[in-house]
Amino acid sequence: MNNILVFPMVLPIIAGVLLLFFRSNPKVQRWGSILTMVVVFLISLWILEKVMDEGILRLDFGEWAPPFGITFVADAFAMLLVTTSSLVTILCLLYAAFAKDEKREKFFLYPFLLLLIAGVNGAFLTGDLFNLFVCFEVMLLASYVLMTLGGEKKQLTEGIKYILINILSSWFFLLGIAYLYGTLGTLNMAHLSQRIAEVGQPPLLTTISILFLIVFSLKAGLVLYFWLPGSYEALPTAISALFAALLTKVGVYALFRSFTLLFYHEPSITHTIIGVMAMITMIGGSIGAIAYKDVRKIVAYNVIIAIGFILVGLASNNVESIQGSIYYLVHDILVKGLLFLMVGTVIYLTGKTRFDQVSGLITNYPLFGWIFLITLLSLGGIPPFSGFAGKLLIGKGALVAGEYVMVAVAFLSSLFVLYSLLRIFLNMFWGETSILKKNQIYLSKGMLASCLILAMLTIGLGLGMSVVSPYVAEAANVLTNPNLYIEGALNND
Amino acid sequence: MRENDIILQTVSKVAVFIILTFGVYLFLSGHHNPGGGFIGGLTLSSAFVLLYIAFDVESVNAGIPLNYKMVAAVGVLIAICTGMGSLLFGSAFLSQSSAYFNLPVFGKTGFATVTLFESGVALGVVGVVITIMVSISEDV
Repeated sequence: MNNILVFPMVLPIIAGVLLLFFRSNPKVQRWGSILTMVVVFLISLWILEKVMDEGILRLDFGEWAPPFGITFVADAFAMLLVTTSSLVTILCLLYAAFAKDEKREKFFLYPFLLLLIAGVNGAFLTGDLFNLFVCFEVMLLASYVLMTLGGEKKQLTEGIKYILINILSSWFFLLGIAYLYGTLGTLNMAHLSQRIAEVGQPPLLTTISILFLIVFSLKAGLVLYFWLPGSYEALPTAISALFAALLTKVGVYALFRSFTLLFYHEPSITHTIIGVMAMITMIGGSIGAIAYKDVRKIVAYNVIIAIGFILVGLASNNVESIQGSIYYLVHDILVKGLLFLMVGTVIYLTGKTRFDQVSGLITNYPLFGWIFLITLLSLGGIPPFSGFAGKLLIGKGALVAGEYVMVAVAFLSSLFVLYSLLRIFLNMFWGETSILKKNQIYLSKGMLASCLILAMLTIGLGLGMSVVSPYVAEAANVLTNPNLYIEGALNND
Repeated sequence: MRENDIILQTVSKVAVFIILTFGVYLFLSGHHNPGGGFIGGLTLSSAFVLLYIAFDVESVNAGIPLNYKMVAAVGVLIAICTGMGSLLFGSAFLSQSSAYFNLPVFGKTGFATVTLFESGVALGVVGVVITIMVSISEDV
């Protein structure tokens, strides 16, 4: 029994509900939510260390032993993601606290952000497929509110699409769960894995797995990403950064979990489909990233390219490529948060959304400009920044698996990432300054600080690869050996 | 200003109490039979919705001066805190316990901590349903 496992989910809920009572006091809202997430971050770090020491931890809710009750299972993969997302949330909340969007703060911005995090952390930690659905719903309901909070016309039109598409995919998810329960009679993920291994994944189960693939692809933005650029574009900066950093990653997490733990017996079907989808995603994302002049569109398509890239690792399906994916996932959570904060800040400072309308920002805001350069180098996978290790390992793993086309597409897409962002940098930051010193908007230190901390984290993650690599290796070890997870999640001692 | 809805108003004055009693009954029976916090809460809130339909929003709000958003918040807080309460006794999150006591008037009576949890659920449902109903009616 490890009650500590529930804290990353429950603390944000409690704090969110308590903050409802302090509606008129924005200070309590801002700093209360940041404090909560700092505590959650420290707790997740502690759990991560404990997982490294003692192996997989488990908590049975209400002391109902698995497979009958709901369990939370913490392995290194889940805890790495919980820790990283809590860290990014702290910095996004810090940004929001200094952006001081009082209209939204009055309408419960922070409680809903905290509920979103509760859903995200719950989805990472749960060991039960139906509970995963519930955590998805908690996250999605909060995201529906955040999507439409503020009630701008653009938000409402994009919000309707976002809500409809997600309700549809939730319905598919529920359908898939029903099919799975009908065929296997259990929903505990470890137990499911055991039973699927016993029957050897017949075609019926493979078909069900493809239903799950569709559902999670919709959430992750794998091929089915048509909803993503529009909806991310409509959001205020801090919220869009959090969405870009976390929401698609939960879908990616679910894909990894289900296709390494549950449906891993027919890789020639499922993993080939995932590989093709990853390539289509990267190609489509690359075209999108260079097709627009609107910086928000460009960065939204960058999210999509990264999703394709991470899933190359899953499609190659060996230890090395999965290690690379985990590395890249952690990197991407940090750096996509950073990228969206940067782009949102540019729009806040200049009031322009197209990159050909502004130039020379680096003379107005030198530090800010250099942070943007670090962001784009990191995203492009240039050493010593954090993107490099992940790209290298994914590429190596895919070569080992003999997926040469996939490797080519993946690295070409990296060039497109670099090109699309360099275009923003050269046009907006380089060149003659278009804003006079006396007209420039003051960039508050708090907003700059959260960008700076994230930039330092991406440098630190790149340089400190040896610190992170044991965690990543352990996470990949559990993902590639389902028996370890089953042992940890089902044993009754 | 309103059409003549004297029949609706007279009936609902009585019906509201029947619905409320039935809601409480469903809430309590949920321990062993169909019912529980969610269903009980829905039934309780239907009584409030009936009041809002039969009379108008202003007079009901004047009669029952509650901020339903806060009712929902209190409900969720109760539900989570009972879940966390089991941690104090060294059990897993959301563990429940129950016991029988011999009370002077009621005789052998069962008490279960899950009732506290369910009361939180019920308050949450009442708060949310009425908030939704009132905000929809404000829009129209």
